[in-house]
Parts: sequence; C-alpha cells; structure tokens
Amino acid sequence: MSAISPDMENPGDPTAAPELVSAPPIRSRQWLTLLKSTVGQTRGQIGLTFVIVIVGFALLGPLFAPHNPNAFIAFPNQAPGGHLLFGADALGRDVWSRFLHGGWTVLYMSLSATLIGVGIGLAVGLSAAYLGGVWDEILMRIADVFMAFPQIVLALLVVTALGPKVYLIILVVGISHAPRVARVIRGAAQQVVERDFIKAAEAVGEPRRRVIFGELLPNVTSPLMVEFGLRWTYSIGLIAGINFLGLGLQPPQSDWGLMINDNRLSLTVQPWGVLLPIIGIAMLTIGANLLTDAYARSAIGINRGED
Amino acid sequence: MTRFLIRRVLLGILILLLVSIVVFSATQALPGNAAQAILGRQATPARLKALTDQLHLNQSAPAQYWHWLSGIVRGHFGTSAATQGPVTKLISGPLANSAFLVAISAIIAIPLSIGLGVWMAVKRDKPADHILSTGTLVLAALPEFVIGIALTLLLATKYVWRAFPAVSIIPPGDHAWDVPKVVVLPALTLILAVTPYISRIMRASMVEVLHSDYVTMARLKGLSNRTVVWRHAVPNAIVPAIQVSALQLAYMAGGVVIVEYVFGYNGVGSQLVTAVTNRDIPTVQALAMIIGAVYVVVNLVADLLTIVVTPRLRTAGR
Repeated sequence: MSAISPDMENPGDPTAAPELVSAPPIRSRQWLTLLKSTVGQTRGQIGLTFVIVIVGFALLGPLFAPHNPNAFIAFPNQAPGGHLLFGADALGRDVWSRFLHGGWTVLYMSLSATLIGVGIGLAVGLSAAYLGGVWDEILMRIADVFMAFPQIVLALLVVTALGPKVYLIILVVGISHAPRVARVIRGAAQQVVERDFIKAAEAVGEPRRRVIFGELLPNVTSPLMVEFGLRWTYSIGLIAGINFLGLGLQPPQSDWGLMINDNRLSLTVQPWGVLLPIIGIAMLTIGANLLTDAYARSAIGINRGED
Repeated sequence: MTRFLIRRVLLGILILLLVSIVVFSATQALPGNAAQAILGRQATPARLKALTDQLHLNQSAPAQYWHWLSGIVRGHFGTSAATQGPVTKLISGPLANSAFLVAISAIIAIPLSIGLGVWMAVKRDKPADHILSTGTLVLAALPEFVIGIALTLLLATKYVWRAFPAVSIIPPGDHAWDVPKVVVLPALTLILAVTPYISRIMRASMVEVLHSDYVTMARLKGLSNRTVVWRHAVPNAIVPAIQVSALQLAYMAGGVVIVEYVFGYNGVGSQLVTAVTNRDIPTVQALAMIIGAVYVVVNLVADLLTIVVTPRLRTAGR
C-alpha cells in the first residue's frame, strides 16, 4: 500500500478515478442480487439442497454412526435387517456407519484440491493477462504442457513415482486444474486490462501486485466463481475416482470412493455397500454442478448453453 | 494458411517433447535408486545391478533421457519391471482394445450429441429442450465410475435386466472386436460421459445461429425448415462442437482408465492401473506417453479441422 494509491482508503480524494470511487457499493449490491437470483432458480434450489444434505452427512455423519466403522460385527455381505440398517459390507462391517464416516474425506480432499487449483490458476491467469507479451506466452505454453495429460494420468504418474499419499493427491489434482482455470481467467482478465481504470491505477503509481489483485481481480469474480464450482465438481469425481482405483486412501479407511472398490465384487449379493457411496458422490457432484449453472446463468443473465 | 499449419504442427511437436520430459522425470523423482524402489524388499545385489543396467541408471540423467526417448521413437518402450518382458509386447494388445473402445464410443457419441444439440436448439424452451438440458447437465456432473456402476446395476445384474456381462472378459489371444458383447457397457459409459458436453455446446451455438439475420432471410425465402436448419444453420454452428468433440475424444484417452477398471476391460487403462499398483515405471511411462501423444495429436487435428470447416480461416493469410 503505497502512499500514492489512496483511492480505496480515501474515497473523497478528488483526484481519484470515478470508477474506483463508485465501484465498491455497486459491487456489494451486485453480490446480493446474484445470490438471490441464483437461489431463485429451481436448479439453484435443488443444487443447494443436494450440497447441504451431503455436506451435512459428511460433517455430522460420524456423530450419528451406530457402530464403529472398522468393527467386524456381522457376516460378510449380511443383508439389511435388525441393527444393520443397510446390511454389512464384504468384510462384515456396518455399511451405514461406514457411509456416515466416509463423506468427510471426499469433501475435504476435493475442496482443498479445488482451492489450490483455482488459487494457482487465478494468479497465473491474471499475471499472464496483465503482463502480456513474453510472460503471457511462457505461462500459457507451460499450461499447454500440463493440459497435454488427462488429469487422471498426471495423478497416476505422480502416485507411481512418489507413492499414494493423501497430500500428494490433493496437490496433483489441484495443480492439474490450474492451467485450465488460468486459461479462463486470462481470457476474462484480458478484456479488463484494456479498460481505463486499470490505466488510471497505473498512472497513480499503484504497484503491480495491487493492480492485479486490487483492480483486476474484483472484475473477474463471476468467471472465478463458475470455475470454482466446475473444478469442485471435477475434483470430487477425480479424487473419489483415484480412491476407487485403490491408488489413494488405503484400507481400512472409510471413504466413499474406497467403499465402492471394497464392495463392488459383491454387487449382486449386497448392493448397498456400493449404492450408498454412489448416491452420495452423485448427489454432491450434481448439486455442485446445478448450483454452478444457476450462478452462471444469473451472472451472465442469459441462457447458458455450455459450461 | 500453410505457415499457420507448419507453426501449429511444430508447436505440437514441441509440446510432445516437453511432455516426454515430464513423463521421464517421474523416474528421477523416485527417492533414492529407482531400481531399489522398484524391486523393494526383493532386491538382491545381483537383481539390483541387472535392473540398474537395464534402466541405464548408472548414466547421467540427460543420457538416460536420450536413451529412453530414442527408444520410443523407434517403438521400443523398454523392459517392464513387472513382467521382465518388453513393454511394447505387453501393451500392444490392450492398446488395440482401447482404441476400438474409444473409436466405437466416438463414432456413436459425436453424431448423436450433435443431433441432440440441434434438436434442443430447434425445440428451444419447449418441454423436450428443458428435459434434455437438465438431463445433460445432471449427466455432465457424474463421474465416469458412477455412470459405469449405475449401468452395471441396471443392465448387468438380476435387479433390473441382466442383458450384458458385468465384467468385460476378453479371452487371451482374442481382441475386443471378437467378443462385441463385452464392449457394450464400457462404450455406453463413455458415450454417456461425453454426450452432455458436445450436445450442450452444439445447442448453444445453434441457438445463436438460428437467431441470425441470414437464417431469418432463408426462412423468408420460403425454404423448408429442414433445409434452413441443416443446410444453412448447422454448418455455421458446428465449429465449436468440433473443437469440443476433439477435447472429449482426448478426454476419453484418460476416461478409459477408470471405465476400463470398472468393467475389468483389458485395455491401456486397466494396464495403467496395474502398472501403477506394481510401480512398473517403464510401463507407466510408456502408457502416459502414448496417452499424452493421443491428446496432443487429437487437439492438432481439431485445430486443422476448424480451419477446414471455417472458410474465413481457410482463406486468411495467417
């Protein structure tokens, strides 16, 4: 915060560019309108409900689990009945208790990966748009290389080299999102860079970092939110998928992805061990996607045909 | 245009080269001696030395890279750490099976989703459009393994209709096309996974084109609805759909990993999961390299196709 960039702190400054003065109140009202219109749509309501229900299961589930998720309390693949609401899994553990315990890992791993990916992507995208020229070229070519792998293959490559560690999987899924986010943010920011208030901010000597994050960032929040929702949807699928392949979390951890793998061979005998986690994952991704779509529709204000 | 073509192809080669460096560095990232890491507790001094020689680990990293890369260019992917046989032999059968699966899925999915997109755009805001738009939105959110297992429950178990095998067993020596029944569910999964993306972009682009003046003009001239839609509107609306189709085709190269695992389909995907589980680095590198190459080439073809179908770009002196 240099002394010659007082515009935000001192709105009464007569030398300040008018956009800088009037921007904050409009922006905050816009937020409220956007939120209202997102939740005002049927798909927004359904999406929000799904997400709240599943997040509720993931956070509070362990408190309501009737049994120890790792205790062997029944015959393998025992049918539902008695004290077993959804029967036992392939090893004789309570399916319902494992389901209630298994959402948390899906939730925190996918959200951390998304935050990392969107964070890096945002920084790279804004920098590429603002700096332009050689920097833009270098950053986008690096992004191209990382986009030359399907995300799952990149993750498997890292798991092979460094082993199935949780932080590693979060990190590699996050990083594999980054170039995709960076492209979108760069595209949105390029249109803003040319506008007068950016030149005004430069003219009054604002440091680069402040121009990028103080002036550019607030003007790309809509695509940023949409990217966050999309990447979260994909993160859930990717992370649950890696756990499903048995290359992430290891037994006896209760995790929805891992649960599917544990019980898929007994699908015809006792489907609940697969069905419950599948429903949980499906509701979470559908909820996240519907909510993102509703938000994007409100933000654009027109019929959105594509993500 | 020729200059643009050459630039685009050179860029593709450059990206492939960088991809190969990323794939190669996976070996270098192994903590300590890669041979030790691969062999684990079974490492006897003799086996350790043999594998060290085999992987050229006693040479410098650039020399190792050169060795590996020049091998790949000649079609030699090294020796599998798990089977001790050549990787090329290990992956050629699965490669053909996967190529067949992806090709079948793409041949069905791309025209189907373009047709769906056009139909949604023509029926815009009618019930059919609402149902399909919401349906594709929901489908787009679902991970492949969720779709795959849902299909298994519906079409391969006693619960609803046992029409297809739940496990896609391909007898040794046979290829996927010899036992077409086992391809149905994996292919259906891939089709359901990519259709939403292509049809939604086609709908969006078609809605825009149907609003343009020249389409109104064509209607005013009294042309039939079919001619207006298919002869006048679709050719202009299809470019974004081609690009997304290519992206989805490239995505399928990775999507097969999980889909094949769900159905136990013997392709590069299951092979990759097995290789990762065994920490069979040469095989993982070979498969990652092949998938990366498919990805780069498909995107290259998409860019070229875009030029071919867009007259403005075709004549531009780029």
